[in-house]
Amino acid sequence: MHSFGYRANALLTFAVTILAFICAIASFSDNFSNQTPSAQIQILNINWFQKQPHGNDEVSLTLNITADLQSLFTWNTKQVFAFVAAEYKTSKNSLNQVSLWDAIIPEKEQANFWIQISNKYRFIDQGHNLRGKEFNLTLHWHVMPKTGKMFADKIVMSGYRLPNAYR
Amino acid sequence: MDWQGQKLAEQLMQILLLIAAVVAFVVGYTTASFRTMMLIYAGGVGVTTLITVPSWPFFNRHPLKWLDPSEAEKHPKPEVVVSSKKKSYKK
Repeated sequence: MHSFGYRANALLTFAVTILAFICAIASFSDNFSNQTPSAQIQILNINWFQKQPHGNDEVSLTLNITADLQSLFTWNTKQVFAFVAAEYKTSKNSLNQVSLWDAIIPEKEQANFWIQISNKYRFIDQGHNLRGKEFNLTLHWHVMPKTGKMFADKIVMSGYRLPNAYR
Repeated sequence: MDWQGQKLAEQLMQILLLIAAVVAFVVGYTTASFRTMMLIYAGGVGVTTLITVPSWPFFNRHPLKWLDPSEAEKHPKPEVVVSSKKKSYKK
């Protein structure tokens, strides 16, 4: 510690190391937050249900998505990424997940919302398995932190069914 | 700085930074503000820099007594005596 540069370097290194520790503890404190999210999805209308020229089924839905994700926000949250996926089983794949809608929620106040919208991304099957198909609509979310570990979870809502014939 | 001052500077630096970190985390956590935590810690780093990095007089309270150059010429450097102790062999 005999010169200005020596002391300045030692201080800077130690300060950055401690900063890393602070961020790690801040991320660890996220484990203690009490999270009680809720969501509901209604299918208001099946707009159309067709077989594409290449043979794949496609369906267009109007969804009403209601969710309260406010309890997911902690002091260490930058944003919450939420998306709705349709999940179903076919003879070819044991799990098909098709993302229908997503949103980035940057503030806690915006996390209690309802939205009525047709699907943002196209619901296209690998094949023609959708007639009469039962499927789940799952709301997934990723809580993206300012520093540290990202938490992801979901709510599965089951009981949805597509019509037996094309419209 | 002298030797005692350097040790003091290093200890002060470590303790001040740790205190700044603890205070910053506690205040930030209780006010649920990440920004507050970062600002307090940055302030702490700045204050610690001001206290420990410049060569303040209170770091030099036990100054080393360097020999005056004119004095040094009067007293020649001592010669290095190589003393070798050989073990005596007993036959």
